[in-house]
Amino acid sequence: MSTSIDVSLGQVAASLALVALAAGISFWRRTDLERDIVVATVRSFVQLTAIGYAIKLIFEADTIWLVVALLSVMVLFGALTARSRAKKVPGAFWPLLIGLAIAAASTLGLVVALGIFEATPRYLVPVGGMMIGNAMTASAVALNRLGDEVSGSRAAIEATLALGATAREASAPFVRRALRSGTIALIDSTKTTGLIFFPGTMVGMLLAGAEPADAVRLQLILLYALLGSTAIAALVATGLAYRNFFTPAQQLREPGA
Amino acid sequence: MLFELRDVSLTRGGRPVLDSIGVEIHSGATAIVGPSGSGKSTLLRLLNRLADPDTGTISYRDRPLSEWDPLQLRREVSLVPQLPALLEGTVESNLRYAAGLAGKELDARRCLGHAGLDSRFAERDVSKLSVGEQQRAMLARALAQEPAVLLLDEPTSALDHDARDAIEATLARLRTEIDISLIVVSHDPEQARRLADRAVRLKAGRVAACGPLAEALT
Repeated sequence: MSTSIDVSLGQVAASLALVALAAGISFWRRTDLERDIVVATVRSFVQLTAIGYAIKLIFEADTIWLVVALLSVMVLFGALTARSRAKKVPGAFWPLLIGLAIAAASTLGLVVALGIFEATPRYLVPVGGMMIGNAMTASAVALNRLGDEVSGSRAAIEATLALGATAREASAPFVRRALRSGTIALIDSTKTTGLIFFPGTMVGMLLAGAEPADAVRLQLILLYALLGSTAIAALVATGLAYRNFFTPAQQLREPGA
Repeated sequence: MLFELRDVSLTRGGRPVLDSIGVEIHSGATAIVGPSGSGKSTLLRLLNRLADPDTGTISYRDRPLSEWDPLQLRREVSLVPQLPALLEGTVESNLRYAAGLAGKELDARRCLGHAGLDSRFAERDVSKLSVGEQQRAMLARALAQEPAVLLLDEPTSALDHDARDAIEATLARLRTEIDISLIVVSHDPEQARRLADRAVRLKAGRVAACGPLAEALT
């Protein structure tokens, strides 16, 4: 499946014409997004360039410890980013961090153990990055929904606690809905993949000149691995985060307490 | 004595909700009355540990609440909140859930009957019930746990006069049919007179009076 493609900085610069088009539409329709478009463009250039050099170094060093260090930093920033989407969940950082770490470790461990990918930086870095990125989105959506569910259903939760239900029992319907919210987007996009859109890996491989059959197989592997990693991350994050709404005496904490 | 509160205080958002409450609540029917914001509902929530006071002690059957397993306490001292909040599903599934938590065999017909509902309500979807019917279903659900004490938070506040009278009649009949103590929060002293033998009158988070109705509500 090894392929290569040469992309010059001139070609990258030419693609900025599409960014200018987006900014022009924003200016024309007064959506006030021009500044955000510029920031997003600059940030993506700087961040991807930096990570490109980092990955190059890691590939050349060819040591597993640098891979672990890079993925750990990605998990950390993923948890910090997702926390900002889960403001109604008290202490959301640790459930997110643990969820992302377990999702990344278990899915990468499994694809290596099953012989799907070699345990080398060339596979672990890009695949790990995809797993963590998608797991971050799924767990952020799940915890955002959990926060909304609990804050909007305090009366129902307390009514169930008042019967002597545990915090886990009283919050189970809301945790279930949050988990569903976190994972449904990827499930839906997996259902429609190939029909409505082509996923990024497959597009990248085709552009790089790979055989379509190779591109499809690799894409399928990644889609299936992503389903696993998002489910694990959302499950662990919601399974840990709901506890933070309750005291050890199985009482629903006051908002902001 | 059921409950004994000693020097109980609670502050929320920097505002004292309960201030040095000291009161004894005996078996039978007790009303907690007072104007809105006087701390009635908060006091009720303390009795089955949905919340804890900042200071002071509360005892149930001569044992501090902190020594009770909160789950066991809540199955024995069941609280019916002001607004109905049933679980999705049928009335019977709600009753079965509550009975299961308390480790009791469910007799749905008996529970529904005590709450003034026909046994045919068992199969009704809770989302199709009127507010009054939901309130009765909440009562039946609490009774499915066979509690020793029933805490009722403004049980008729969301109901019209006819439904209110029916719930009051149900509660009065309940006391004659089963061995249960009632602690009823109400903003209406007349309702307290109809439902209770004793009363605790709160004013701005403090006990203004307590004892037999004649003393507490004058």
